[in-house]
Amino acid sequence: MKFAVIVFPGSNCDADMFHAIKDELGEEVEYVWHTEDNLDRFDGILLPGGFSYGDYLRSGAIARFARIMEAVKQAAEAGKPVLGVCNGFQVLLEAGLLPGAMKRNENLKFICRQVELIVENNETIFTTGYENHEVITIPVAHGDGNYYCDDETLQHLLDNKQIVFRYKDNINGSRDRIAGVCNENGNVLGMMPHPERAVDELLGSADGLQLFKSILRNWRETHVLTP
Amino acid sequence: MYKVKVYITLKESVLDPQGSAVQNSLHALTYNEVQEVRIGKYMELTLEKGDYDLDTRVKEMCEKLLANTVIEDYTYEVEEVIPS
Repeated sequence: MKFAVIVFPGSNCDADMFHAIKDELGEEVEYVWHTEDNLDRFDGILLPGGFSYGDYLRSGAIARFARIMEAVKQAAEAGKPVLGVCNGFQVLLEAGLLPGAMKRNENLKFICRQVELIVENNETIFTTGYENHEVITIPVAHGDGNYYCDDETLQHLLDNKQIVFRYKDNINGSRDRIAGVCNENGNVLGMMPHPERAVDELLGSADGLQLFKSILRNWRETHVLTP
Repeated sequence: MYKVKVYITLKESVLDPQGSAVQNSLHALTYNEVQEVRIGKYMELTLEKGDYDLDTRVKEMCEKLLANTVIEDYTYEVEEVIPS
């Protein structure tokens, strides 16, 4: 399986994402600069964390108009797995690929630590490797992670099982303790916690690796491998 | 030339954590009459005159980029500026 890590000016978790795929998952991965316009050669698209375009105006607001985003939309429509982590999640929200918006953390503090997450839906291509309601440990590092959506959207998310991860304790004031949501088709996932920083016990947790393994396993089930 | 003053505010229904912090701080300074503080953004755009509909263009700018209409409202004022 071949992954793209999209790099915007200001992305700073791109190398972590690259490492997770190349060294821990053992799959092919390439950096793709934001000025490119084609992702046809990739099977999975990863939008890393960081501060794209310095987060000027709002987190993710400017990255949304980067040239590569048209190709990201096409990949999402084609059913390819698209994962946005932290700033990548914010970009997916701003681009309208996922519902909702991010506000400043409720306590206004930048939160950087390991948190416990509950896997709320283990039937997505990203989470089949987890048990339903399994509690996993994944680090967060964000100032604008307070997920907001209106009542109607929340009900829609609940009805379609689009809430993939919840915080065990609501660290940032997010609506309904939401830490990660997917689109209706289940192939686009946005999450504030960083699974790519939890891929080896040396990092304090290896719970994030299962997310990448899930993508790979599900992709292999539907694709014929050529040697 | 036009000067367009754009005000971006969180929707009334959206809690404003920054505003609450500032309100608490005002109360700590004994300004207890302050009922609510809402923090927003103010932007000044200077626009060239041209063959376009100003309101349409400014609304587009606000909705596409300047405001996130999921959580924010926007208003704007237009002033005509005569360059000296």
